[in-house]
Amino acid sequence: MLKTEEQKELEEELKLVPYKKAATIEALKVVQKHRGWVSDEGIKDIAEFLEITPDEVDGVATFYNMVFRREVGRHVILLCDSVSCYILGYRKIQEEINKKLKINFGETTSDGRFTMLPIPCLGTCDHAPALMIDNDLHRDLDSDKIDSILEAYK
Amino acid sequence: MEKPLTQHIKPNEPPMSLNEYEKVGGYKAMQRALKELQPKDVLKIISDSNLRGRGGAGFPTGMKWSFVPMGDNAPKEKYLVCNADEMEPGTFKDRLLLEGNPHQLIEGMIIAAFAIQANKGYIFLRWAYKTAAELILKSIAEAYNAGYLGKNILGTSYSFDLYLHTSVGRYMCGEETGLLNALEGKRATPRAKPPFPQVSGLFGKPTIVNNVETLSFVPHIVNNGAEWFKKLSLTGEGGTKIYGVSGKVKNPNTWELPLGTTMREIIFEHAGGMRDGLKLKGILPGGASTDFLTEEHLDVNMDFTSVGKVGSRLGTGTLIILDDKTCPVGMLHNLEHFFAQESCGWCTPCRDGLPWVEKILLSIEEGDGRMEDLDLLAYHSKELGPGRTFCALAPGAVEPLQSSLKYFREDYEMHIKNKRCPWR
Ligand SMILES: Cc1cc2nc3c(=O)[nH]c(=O)nc-3n(C[C@H](O)[C@H](O)[C@H](O)COP(=O)(O)O)c2cc1C
Ligand code: SF4
Repeated sequence: MLKTEEQKELEEELKLVPYKKAATIEALKVVQKHRGWVSDEGIKDIAEFLEITPDEVDGVATFYNMVFRREVGRHVILLCDSVSCYILGYRKIQEEINKKLKINFGETTSDGRFTMLPIPCLGTCDHAPALMIDNDLHRDLDSDKIDSILEAYK
Repeated sequence: MEKPLTQHIKPNEPPMSLNEYEKVGGYKAMQRALKELQPKDVLKIISDSNLRGRGGAGFPTGMKWSFVPMGDNAPKEKYLVCNADEMEPGTFKDRLLLEGNPHQLIEGMIIAAFAIQANKGYIFLRWAYKTAAELILKSIAEAYNAGYLGKNILGTSYSFDLYLHTSVGRYMCGEETGLLNALEGKRATPRAKPPFPQVSGLFGKPTIVNNVETLSFVPHIVNNGAEWFKKLSLTGEGGTKIYGVSGKVKNPNTWELPLGTTMREIIFEHAGGMRDGLKLKGILPGGASTDFLTEEHLDVNMDFTSVGKVGSRLGTGTLIILDDKTCPVGMLHNLEHFFAQESCGWCTPCRDGLPWVEKILLSIEEGDGRMEDLDLLAYHSKELGPGRTFCALAPGAVEPLQSSLKYFREDYEMHIKNKRCPWR
């Protein structure tokens, strides 16, 4: 079952859509906000609430890269791997993070602190290379800056 | 030089509040439209201005609006959607307008919605634009408070509600029918056309989807007229354009310039030219899904017709610069990796063809390529081209590919002959 808080937030969303199923993406956002990711349990809870099948919910969930269907660390590092960041050398940044945290794309540190994922263009190409951690954008990166950036996320 | 879109945007400063925006003439165009003009008058001004969509395809905005059913027999519910997904790699122009002047966009949306008599609107924003999301929400709230949104705007019979929808990723959300599916809570696969969204769009109702930059022009055109707008450009197409440059240039950034400014001026004057020690090797003039151009094209005017004439597209008007120290095959592999990953899987040529292209490019980059592979790449450029797939993602994906085979063939061949990347 959805938690009370989650239900409350979703009720608000339902006011804006003509039928329940249309709130599927909003429901996934709400569950991820409260639980950090969307487990099979989460999919079932949403399905029950929206009165559709879990498969219908999962079909939507697995389409979108910002819906996490696997558990992620406390902080998610989204490193842009698109063309301007490629030209400006995102791979060096990736190596640096890999050296510091011993994780590659799709992996989580053993203490559960960080997950690193590749992300398509962050729309800040004039300040490439760039990455996002949680809600923060970090731009004009070079390898030397990585230490102090990571430091801020406990 | 007039810069209507960015005149009030100051770098690193928060955008104007509603009050500040009104002090410089903001919401005047909206008041005039709603109180003095009929929807058909607004449509006429926009049509006469020749405004063409800034989302990539350059479709005439007035013509698009004119397809919406009007009058007493038209459906009661209609929608206006602002496409603020901006996920095309190398594109960062809408961010400037969203963070720099959200009220300009909101005013443009109210006028556009009035012109098609839509009572509900959405700004479809990509998840990564967190600052923009906050600013848009704040500005929408201000507009409601001032009575510019909601029921009976300015005491007229017209009502318009505006919502922000933040996405959960995927390039396909920017494709207009994929976007509508996403707004309905579904997978962002495209829809068959016809019916076109103008007739049957969001929840089956008439819907207009326009880009941020397109809608931001609307108040200025209503204020100053179609003739004024046409004169802004250097060539005949009308208006200014937010251009951007990324890659290894001295001063990557965005600028509002007359539509039709040459690539040479944009790259060498505004972006400061190449970084020391580097030479320009290639240009993607309008984002990742446009054909490469080279040094010989520097004097081409950056407008829809001129860029089209030399075999590419204005696209989003954000140029990506390839320098001589970056491997073109590596760059192509990076681009096609993106497109293969973002294919929605709806149709076979794109779903199976793009990963194949990506693999071939990787093997060439790694020194395992064969000469026949170049024929295979050329074959895919054709088979994934316009008319063979459900949406424009695949045709866009092969634009940089086909042109790279033309301009960088020697570089491909060198990888294959020497069995290694000459840039490593
Ligand atoms: C794969 C794909 C992605 C697109 N992404 C965007 C986008 O992020 N923003 C945008 O305005 N248009 C995008 N477009 C173009 C839209 O489909 C549509 O043409 C545009 O929003 C119309 O607005 P306009 O007439 O104002 O240009 C995309 C098209 C395709 C095929
Ligand atoms: S061309 Fe690609 S992205 Fe477009 S519908 Fe077909 S599979 Fe999907």
